[in-house]
Order: sequence, then C-alpha cells, then structure tokens
Amino acid sequence: MNIQPQRYWREIPQRYRLEAGKCRKCGKLCFPPRRKCAACGGASWDTVQLPRKGRLLTYTVVHSSTDEFAKLVPYAVAIVDLGNGVRLTAQVVDVDPGELCAGMPVRLEFRKLGEAGKAGVICYGYKAVPA
Amino acid sequence: MKGVKVGIVGYGAYIPLNRIRAEEIAKVWGADAPSYKRGLMLEEKSVPSADQDTATMSVEASRRALERCPVDPREIGAVYVGSESHPYAVKPTGTIVAEALGAVPHCHTADLEFACKAGSEGMFIASQLVRAGACRYALAVGADTSQGAPADALEYSAAAGAAAFLFGREGLIAELVETHAYMTDTPDFWRREHMFYPKHGGRFTGEEAYFRHVVSCTRELMEKAKLKPRDFRYAVFHQPNGKFPYRAGQLAGFSKEQIDTGCLVPKLGNTYSGASPLGLSAVLDSARAGDMILMVSYGSGAGSDGFIFQATKALAEVQDKAPKTWDMLLSTRRKYLDYGSYAKHRGKIRMNEEQ
Amino acid sequence: MREVAVIGVGMSPWGELWRSSLRDLFAQAALEAMKDSGAPRIDSMVVGCMSSGLFNGQEHLGSLMADYAGLRGIPATRVESACASGGAAFRTGVLEVASGASDFVLVGGVEKMTDVSGDAATRALSAASDFEYEAYQGATFPALYAMVARAHMDRYGTTRKQLAMVAVKNHENGLLNPRAQFRQRISVDAVLGSVMVADPLRLLDCSPITDGAAAVVLCPKELAVKLKKKPLIKVAGIGQASDCIALAQRKDITRFEAAALAAQRAYKAAGIGPDEVDFAEVHDCFTIAEICVLEALGFCKTGQGGRFTEEGHTSRLGRKPINPSGGLKSKGHPVGATGVAQIVELVEQLRGSAGERQLSKVRCGLAENMGGTCGSAVVSILTREGA
Repeated sequence: MNIQPQRYWREIPQRYRLEAGKCRKCGKLCFPPRRKCAACGGASWDTVQLPRKGRLLTYTVVHSSTDEFAKLVPYAVAIVDLGNGVRLTAQVVDVDPGELCAGMPVRLEFRKLGEAGKAGVICYGYKAVPA
Repeated sequence: MKGVKVGIVGYGAYIPLNRIRAEEIAKVWGADAPSYKRGLMLEEKSVPSADQDTATMSVEASRRALERCPVDPREIGAVYVGSESHPYAVKPTGTIVAEALGAVPHCHTADLEFACKAGSEGMFIASQLVRAGACRYALAVGADTSQGAPADALEYSAAAGAAAFLFGREGLIAELVETHAYMTDTPDFWRREHMFYPKHGGRFTGEEAYFRHVVSCTRELMEKAKLKPRDFRYAVFHQPNGKFPYRAGQLAGFSKEQIDTGCLVPKLGNTYSGASPLGLSAVLDSARAGDMILMVSYGSGAGSDGFIFQATKALAEVQDKAPKTWDMLLSTRRKYLDYGSYAKHRGKIRMNEEQ
Repeated sequence: MREVAVIGVGMSPWGELWRSSLRDLFAQAALEAMKDSGAPRIDSMVVGCMSSGLFNGQEHLGSLMADYAGLRGIPATRVESACASGGAAFRTGVLEVASGASDFVLVGGVEKMTDVSGDAATRALSAASDFEYEAYQGATFPALYAMVARAHMDRYGTTRKQLAMVAVKNHENGLLNPRAQFRQRISVDAVLGSVMVADPLRLLDCSPITDGAAAVVLCPKELAVKLKKKPLIKVAGIGQASDCIALAQRKDITRFEAAALAAQRAYKAAGIGPDEVDFAEVHDCFTIAEICVLEALGFCKTGQGGRFTEEGHTSRLGRKPINPSGGLKSKGHPVGATGVAQIVELVEQLRGSAGERQLSKVRCGLAENMGGTCGSAVVSILTREGA
C-alpha cells in the first residue's frame, strides 16, 4: 500500500475505534465523519463510536488483486450494515466463501489491512468475521 | 503481600482460528510425527493469518477483557504489551492497543520483552502500579506470533495467541495474593537482531533453564504466601510443550489434575508470551469463588514471574461475558492448513520485492 | 444559450500501444478531428483524462496537449471525473460554445494506461473509488461492481447468463469495428468459463486496459450551417450528475442514481423521452454496468435490464441497439477517452458513416458515460438534422 504515515494516522479514530459523527440537528450518523450533514445540511456534530456488530448487505470474493493482497487471495469483501443507516465496506475473514450470504451476522475485528512495503508503516483497521 | 487489595477485574483471550497438525509439518521434513507428538505432547498448533499479528490479537483480547469489565477506557492508566514478536522493531505495540481501546492520551504505555515471560512481566508491573495508587486500572497483555525455524523442533509448537488482564482495586474477580520474581543470566534461547528465527541450546533449555527458574520461583512464592500445593485448585506453568509443565508441577508437589485446565499445549502449541497468560485465562473461565490459583511463567534468558490469585464470588458473573479459552481451542470453526498455506501466511516464502 | 453542433471527429488507434506516448495519442485524435471538422481555427480546448499523474507522472495536460496539437496559446483545461472524464470534458466544451464564450472548441479524451505495471494500473483505477474507505479495505474495482451484480441478482433474479450476453453482444458489434481493441467473437460459455476476477464477475465480464484517444470539434449550429456540414449533428441535450462515490453509502446499491439523474436532465433539455432514443453508447466497464444503466436510462423497467438484454432488444438488430461500437468491452477503455469516443460513435452513426456497423434509421443517439461505481455520470443526446 502506497501510504505515508500522516495519511494513515489521520484516519486512526475511524479505523481503530469506528468513530462517527452524529448530527446535532437531525441525529443521523455519518461514517466517516464530515463537516456538512448529507441529510439535513447541519454542520454541528457529536462524536460516537459505532457498534462493532452488523449484517452483510452484499458481498463478493476477490480472486484477482494487487501484490499487497497476494497472501489473502481469494478473500471476501462486503458491504456491512451496522444499523442506524450506517454501512461500510470491509473484508470478511475467517469464513468459507460458501458460507457467505446476504444478511449474515458479523462483527468487526481489529486486523492488519496491509503495510507500506517491508520497511513502511503497518496499516491496521477493521475486517468482518462471522458473529 | 502487604498493602491494598488489588487483582484482576477483567480478562480476555484471543486465539486465531487457523491450525496446522503435527503430521502436516512432519510430512514436509521427513520427520516421524508420532514421536514428535509424544515427545512434545502436542497434536496441533494455532497459526495466525497473514492479517493477524501481536497488535491485532492484543487489541481483541483487550476488548474481551473490557467486555468482562466495562470500564471507561479513559480510566485505564497503563497499557503494557509483552511479546517476542512485536510488529515493529522500533515503534510500540502498546500505543496501538491503547489507541484502539480509547485509553489514550493520558496513559502510560510500554512494550515489554523477555522471551516467553514478556506477558507476565506486564502483569507484574500493572498490578504493582495499581497497588501503588498510580492509576485506577492497568492493562497487561501477553501476545505472540512467534516463528519456529523450519525443520526445527520448535516449528511444531511455535503458535499464536493473546491474553489480556485488567488490574484494579474495585470489583476484583481474582485477588492478587502474592508475587515473586526469580531470574538469572542464563542464555538458553535467544534471537539476535536481524535474524528471522531464534536459536536455542537444545537440551540445555531444560534443567538449568526452565526447571530451575520455574520450580525455584514456585517454591519461593508458596513460602512467601505460607501455602502448600494442596491449598491450590489450579497451577499454571509456562508451557513450551505438553511435558514440561507437568514435570515442573510434579517437582514442586502439584498433581496432574491441578495442571490440566491451564495446560493448553496439545491443542494450541506454545504461544510464547501468551502461554501462561492464556493458561490463566483458561483457569479463570472455570474457577469458582475461593479457588487458589498459582501462575508461574518462564522466559528464556532467564526468569520466572510468579503470582498467586484467589478467585472471588464476582468471577462467576463475568466468565460467560466473552469467549472462553477452551471453547476457542476446540472451536468447530477451526481451519486446518496444509504446510504450503501455513508457510504463505507465516511469511516463510520469499515473495517478489516491492517495486 | 446557442445550439451546439459536432462538426469533426477523430480517434487514435486503440489498444496496447507500446510505441505511442500519451501526448502522441492525443495529437493523433485531435489532428484527425480538426481535419474532419474543416474548422478555420480552434478557440479553446478541453482535455478529459482520469489519471495521467498516476499512469504517466504527467499533469498539466491542457497546455501540453494544446501545444502538441499545434494549438499553443489557446485556453486549454483538463477535466477529471474518473471514468466520466471524457463525458464531463464534452459537457464543458458544449457549455463553452453554448454560452458564446468560444466558437470552435476541441474536446479530446486520452488515457495511456500501459506505461505502468498491471498492479499500478489497478491501483490508479481504484482512485475512482473512495480510497480511504473502499480501496484501503481491499475492495478492488471489480469487487465493487461484483457486489452490485450480486445484489442485483439476489433482488431481481438477474442471471449469470444475462450478464454474459452483454459481453457476447458487444464483441459481436466490435467485430464490425476496425478500431476495436478486441475483434473476436466470444460465446456465453467462454464468458462463464473465463477466470474468476471477483465473484460473480469473470475476466470476460470486465473491460480491458487500453491506450487511446478520441476527439471532437464543436461549434455553434449557425457556424456549422455556414461550413455546410451535412448532415448537421446537433447536441440536443446534456445532463450530468454526481453521487457519493462510496458504494456502501448509496441508498440502493443496485440503482445508478447519478446516471438516472443525468439522463432526466438530458431528456428534459432535449425535450424527449427514452422511447425517442434510437440507439445508445453506454458505459459497460463491467457487464452488470450495462444492465443497470439500461434501467437508469429508462430503456426498461427497474430490475429488468438482464431480461431486456436476454430478449435481444439491445443487439444491433434489436429495437434499442446498445454499444454498436463494441462498447468498452470490445472497443477498449482508455479511461479518459471513452466518453469522447462514445460521442465519436454517435456522430458516425448519425452521419451514416459507420461502415459495416452502421445502424439503419437513426436520428437520435444517446451516450452515457460514468465514473467509478457511477459516482458521476454524463448523458449526452445527439440528433441528426437534415437529410
């Protein structure tokens, strides 16, 4: 992964703690956080941590990827629905491709997403595992 | 032990789902699997996926400790991670864990190493910090994804796992009764910088290394606490293979039954800095109020950290709040790897250089 | 606003072109378009290119391309909207003429994708997705479209065979296109047997990596008349729309909302509806994309894109020919050039100069160009006036 430490570090609250914004005006959750609420245009937020449990909305199994994912191929990627209107994209691991199905309950686990080469920063974040 | 009552208020364990059987390893190196299995008392070991390392397992074990004891993470005043396989040579694992838990920024963190006792080291320091009143809660994690050199005996046992213990003064589930540390400079097993695999002194790692330190520490610890082996329900010893803990226990006067629950080797292998901590987590999963628990770790180089805990009534309320260690060991979701997949995940295959 | 006509078209060869550089590809297409147009001068240039920075280490394309097209000194701007860069560049050029700011505008699209390794090209393309929350997570481009495919199949019963038929049809069309990158017939079985890329999408469901450029010259209608351009090809309407680029944040991941919105805007501007479109060039970066776009454009009901294809309506002889050029699948997909090449195809069809692939009775064509997983879309409607 071609990633410098500062760009990696900036997203740590989201990648490590699933920090989202909760709009003070309309209550909608926004992940990752941003300045202007896409729902109501509000610009005032509280920080909340998303729950680490959800369900798969849909998924695929990647058979062809770039070098950095070579050791994991084939690996599953899915859109995970965490409820309350929040969805995110994540790999699904510790699972047989045949087990995957829309609606499958999962939880988000702390995993290594990659590294900026053998000498570069190690990139951590979340992946889904069957709940 | 003088002073304020301190002890474990939460604990959690994490073991990857991948496994490799002893037969699979023996096959590749033309070795006799049954004799390795008998000699090491080991059937299979855990294998971390390419996306797991000491940091990831430490975070998950710590999250489970907090599931058993849901404190505000900002009240955790110290986070220690002990391992022989920290992901970075220079850059702490502890800060990754502290950040993931939300214990940052007002938190003391240190990465510890002392071969297989780096995890218990953290427990030693964390418990004393809380006893001294320096912080309300302190977390200690023992975790490893250590490598065994191919075709070496250690390849059968070098495994991956993590256990985390939150220490505090209130809501104790296991009170810390006594501690003792015993060490000497004994180079029985080591790894030089830039070397990928460790080296060891073969049979020298037995009598003067493991046994001397473990048994001496155990005897001194019981002497300090004025307790005898029969006072204990459980004894957890460092477990590089399935034979040593029973032999050490026997030398110190313990029975096989006292050691069984906390000896995970046959189904797990040796999780190095996670070994005796995971043994302790397995015991805590089963222990009942009043049970006395002995835990003595061993780190090559060499030394032992000894602890005596007593389970409280509160333990029963939290045991089921996070996955249990033996359940993880025997999980029906375990995935058995062939040697090639194992070598791939463990980075033993030379890949193309980055462009 | 003035009415705008397309008076010249040009294309470079398309394929894996080791001997052609980024600037040379653009120049070839631009010079051909300028010659074809008969325009006395070019007042302004718009360049569509997704990622010359990542593919070639080269930015500042407006000036570079103006210079190499022999147009040093004119205002020249690069427009980017991922894979919709070409379409967005076209809209920019059209607005410049329509507003009266310029008379003769050259719009060119180009992408030179083979100057980096396959892996680097894949990474450059994934910059069209949400880098921090999709690419970082290991969601490759095919993976994102594969999830759309799976959701579409789960919800509407779209079949693997229907997806394959999109690729088969586009290859049939490409056979008749001398400029197509891949001119070979493929079968449904070949598609279903090709190597899996991201389940359920296989290699033959995916458009290729291509080097190429395309260019058009625009001018106000009255000047096209003066230049005696016959038949007159007019831009009847253009619509563009954006959406969140992360697939996970869409309300309905099976619906290409930006394409639907862009189409509504284009139809309104042109004063027509989907039924009046005779044929279309759409963005089949993956087979599922064409199916979803048919629905977004209103050519068939929601969820029926697969069935519509299977029933043959989108083939050359069907009632709604889609991708007579061969589409991205067969013709190739030099990212920034695609949107402009779609316009080139519309013009050639409407002029009656499409050679072997000429469709009969065409007066109104539509081009749909989109970026990423339809995070942006441009829909252009061109009509023929006169004989």
